[in-house]
Amino acid sequence: MAKFFAVTIIIIAILSAIPILRHTWVAPEDISTHGYLIDEQMSETMAEAGIAFLAAQFILAIFIWMFSNRGRDAKIKKFPGGATGLVIAALLLVGAEVLALGVFGVKAWADQYLTPPSAGAMPIQVQAGQFAFYFRYPGPDGTFGATHPELINEGSQNFFGLDPEHDPDSRDDIVTAEMAIPVNKEIHLLMHAKDVGHSFFVRELRVQQDFVPGLDVSLHFTATKVGKYEIVCTQLCGLGHYNMKAYLYVYSQEDFENWVKKEQAMQ
Amino acid sequence: MATTIHEPPQIEPDRLPDHGHSGNGGWRNLVPADGDLRVTQDYSPPPSSTAIWVVLFAVTMMFAAFTSALFVRKGSSLDWQTFTLPSILYFNTLLLVASSVTLEISRRRVATYMGGLKSQVKSPARWLYITLFLGLLFVAGQYVAWLQLRAEGLYLATNPSSSFFYLLTATHALHVLGGLGGLIYVIRKLSKSALRRNQLVATARYWHFMGILWLYLLLLLWIKL
Amino acid sequence: MHDMSAHAAQHHAPPTSFIRKYVFSLDHKVIGKQYYGLALVAALCGMVLSWMMRIHLGWTNAAIPGLQLLSKTGAPGGVMTPEYYLQLMTMHGTIMVFFVLTTAPFAAFGNFFLPIQVGAEDMPFPRFNMMSFWVTFVAFVVLMSSFVLGDGPTLGGWTQYAPLNAVGSVAGPGQGLGVVLWMISIALFCVGQLLGALNFITTTLDLRVKGMSLMRLPLSAWAWFITSCMGLTAFSVLFPACILVILDHVAGTSFFVASNLVLNDQLQPHSGGSTLLWQHLFWFFGHPEVYIAIVPGIGIVSHILITSMRKPMLSQRVLIYCMGALAVLSYGVYGHHMFVSGMNPFSALAFSFPTLVITIPATIVVLIWVFSLYGANLRINSASLFALGFISMFVSGGVSGFFLAQPSIDIMLHATYFVVGHFHMVMGVAAMFGIFAATYFWAPKMFGRMMNETLGRIHFWLSFVGTYCIFMPFHYLGMAGNIRRYSSFPDDYLQPLIPVHRLITVAALITGAAQLIFVYNLIHSRFWGKPATDNPWEATSLEWSTATPPPWDNFGGKYPVVYHDPYQYGVKSSVGDYVMQASPEQVKTDHDEK
Repeated sequence: MAKFFAVTIIIIAILSAIPILRHTWVAPEDISTHGYLIDEQMSETMAEAGIAFLAAQFILAIFIWMFSNRGRDAKIKKFPGGATGLVIAALLLVGAEVLALGVFGVKAWADQYLTPPSAGAMPIQVQAGQFAFYFRYPGPDGTFGATHPELINEGSQNFFGLDPEHDPDSRDDIVTAEMAIPVNKEIHLLMHAKDVGHSFFVRELRVQQDFVPGLDVSLHFTATKVGKYEIVCTQLCGLGHYNMKAYLYVYSQEDFENWVKKEQAMQ
Repeated sequence: MATTIHEPPQIEPDRLPDHGHSGNGGWRNLVPADGDLRVTQDYSPPPSSTAIWVVLFAVTMMFAAFTSALFVRKGSSLDWQTFTLPSILYFNTLLLVASSVTLEISRRRVATYMGGLKSQVKSPARWLYITLFLGLLFVAGQYVAWLQLRAEGLYLATNPSSSFFYLLTATHALHVLGGLGGLIYVIRKLSKSALRRNQLVATARYWHFMGILWLYLLLLLWIKL
Repeated sequence: MHDMSAHAAQHHAPPTSFIRKYVFSLDHKVIGKQYYGLALVAALCGMVLSWMMRIHLGWTNAAIPGLQLLSKTGAPGGVMTPEYYLQLMTMHGTIMVFFVLTTAPFAAFGNFFLPIQVGAEDMPFPRFNMMSFWVTFVAFVVLMSSFVLGDGPTLGGWTQYAPLNAVGSVAGPGQGLGVVLWMISIALFCVGQLLGALNFITTTLDLRVKGMSLMRLPLSAWAWFITSCMGLTAFSVLFPACILVILDHVAGTSFFVASNLVLNDQLQPHSGGSTLLWQHLFWFFGHPEVYIAIVPGIGIVSHILITSMRKPMLSQRVLIYCMGALAVLSYGVYGHHMFVSGMNPFSALAFSFPTLVITIPATIVVLIWVFSLYGANLRINSASLFALGFISMFVSGGVSGFFLAQPSIDIMLHATYFVVGHFHMVMGVAAMFGIFAATYFWAPKMFGRMMNETLGRIHFWLSFVGTYCIFMPFHYLGMAGNIRRYSSFPDDYLQPLIPVHRLITVAALITGAAQLIFVYNLIHSRFWGKPATDNPWEATSLEWSTATPPPWDNFGGKYPVVYHDPYQYGVKSSVGDYVMQASPEQVKTDHDEK
């Protein structure tokens, strides 16, 4: 049974590795300017974790094969070097790996989170609420109108609680249920939570960020490829969580301007 | 596999443990592999001593959690309204500190009494009763503080500052009530002459900790509220 | 021979009535078995819940026969609603993490065996110990009552994030009474665990028998001791957090609910609370909690492996230090659950480094296990199979942690099935394997009867292959972008992954059914198993020095004296290739620890 067990471990380890090596299930194509750092980090980690995984399972299996049921008079041996060698190996190998990943990973993180958006980034506001995302563009005046939570009314589609009667800045705000951005333009996304926690995740853009009720967080990113992508909520927000999504359209500059005109007309 | 025949557990001769266990106590206290038992001593602390430190650690962690909640809540929004602490709190503090003093006095008298010099101590429980009384007065005084706040319109949910005031003082008072329970237990045991030194030590440690904790909470409330 | 029975009586007299013997028992062994029974019932409930979840994920519109009996509104005609899925999911997680993984490896086996392994006749505070079980039991009842009270259990996940956990029923079914019941249940659970930790710590430090230095404690005893220290620190923080949520619900406070929140077009009355405060408090508890779930397993598996290998580990001391390191570091890593939560991004880096560093003690533990196998003479049986399986699972689950420890990678993997795969491998499989190994190993001592070995091996094979089939694909799903906590996958992106989910569901149902073999084996053996001898595994630690099952005061009124390290195997003694800890026989060894 021991030998059978050893073989099973090896088979399972190899079968587990196959989908990884064949890239059967991978993240969708990166369409962001910063995403390549994340993807590189992922490949690095996969290589190291993969080697560690396979090595550990193989050695475990081999030792189970070799050292099981050897009979009552078998001589017990100790691995040369004992624990000291192993501790040093772990400290050096894992320590180095850990430092490398940690240090190199800082850049990918810093690019996203520790750098401010550039001066010309286009601001778009996104509000997450049970169970939809709504977006707001400042319109030609370039200023967002003030929001008044007590005025929010889904029925009359006043999702942001705008008061166009008394607030001139809000009159030209464009509120939409889909997000459109021009390609190759940096976006400054202003995130507001209407009710409970939500999250903004676009896989292709390599961005994920929680909405925090009471705290307005922001993101910045630049999309590099035209297309239609999903924005999904990834923070459990209630029964409609599974269905809470919006579409992100990355347009050419011309198509984007047409879209803005179209949406403006519908306000 | 064959049934094993092994040596019956060895009994350690001529030693009566005084707290129902035979604890060893520490790595200093090995039985050498050659089996010579002569050199071993019993260094083990009584479990109640370790236990009280465990309890106090848990209580500390809980109030640490509340403290961090206070700091975060205060910093997370602009709605924090400070208010003046009811002055009776300072009087209550004196009561609690005094109760620690009286507890220490009672410890010495009880030690004398239980140590066999019963004739020298008329009523060994007297100072314990005084401590108990001071503790009860403290809790009553805290209740008066809450009444005073209510009279000013500051209830539990009025403002985060008042929320934390009630939360911290009430939680502390509940723990003090627990300490009072311990004191009653000690008094009952004493009346049957069945009080063990460790029990009184543990109760005293807990009680003094309640005092120190109160001083910390008072400082926290005074600075932050 | 000095008879200690007079002093044993001082501790507590042997129970006579049925109630005192089996219900409100002060005996740590009975309490341990009660905890085990509770964990078993909880595990079955949690498993059934997982079946229902998996069926719904694979076949969303299918009617599950009988489900409408559990909830007419939640599953009309047996078809699960999205909210009910979340409610079942929340209960699955809560039951499994608290009432199975904290209860079985730690409270059940620890209560039974820690006093015996240190040589004591019971724990120093038997009444607190009894209270600890019954408080935990009441906590379980309160939690389960949310199925039938109000509009059902809370749907916010076992992590119960704010403000969803505090705004009340306006946020969804179960968010009113359901949350309050959850918080009360978990608060009670915290109290129960604190009472237990009190006993475990004092037992280990103060009740060790003569000759039992700390370094001579078996690894399982060390694991229980370290775990109880973690529990002491962690549960004392979760308890106040639950109190704060209850206050937000019933007293109108706003600890966690921010201002200007609008639900159902209504402005919420709360103001100023901090969303992230809950996450900090919860994860300060939550990360040590998952180590509380695994460290006993590490100790138990080491203990069982050594007996099965017939040789001690390469270094007992290093294993102990590693378990301690895991415990201490666990408090510094909790922020890795909050990388994209909106907390200060510098904090993310600050938490990432200790998370990566904690890999080191975990790796050392695995290396010591694996390289101790070199030159061993492994005896294969159900217990050792599960112990070896634990190593494989621990490695698999551990390497995925490597990814999640890095904030940049976490951007892509947070809230996906990758995380679900990771924690199920380490907790749902590895920790469970630890529980199974412990059961097969210690059932003889606990019940006086051996478990059926054939059934045990069938259970092992189905579980080992089955859990790999279930949880390895979770990682691939996560990398492909499958979001977690979705009750179904209606959108374009995730539709192609549904066939994978269906395969997983089939694997889950088969593996789940295999667990019933274990339950049958356990119950059947309890009454009709082969009678066990005192030391069927030829093991050395103190629990094998006493009768099977042990008498009410563990050593029959006498105290053992410890002469040896816990793992003297591979030696030549009068009884075989081992010498027991309590045996005064002098044998030649090259590894007696001081």
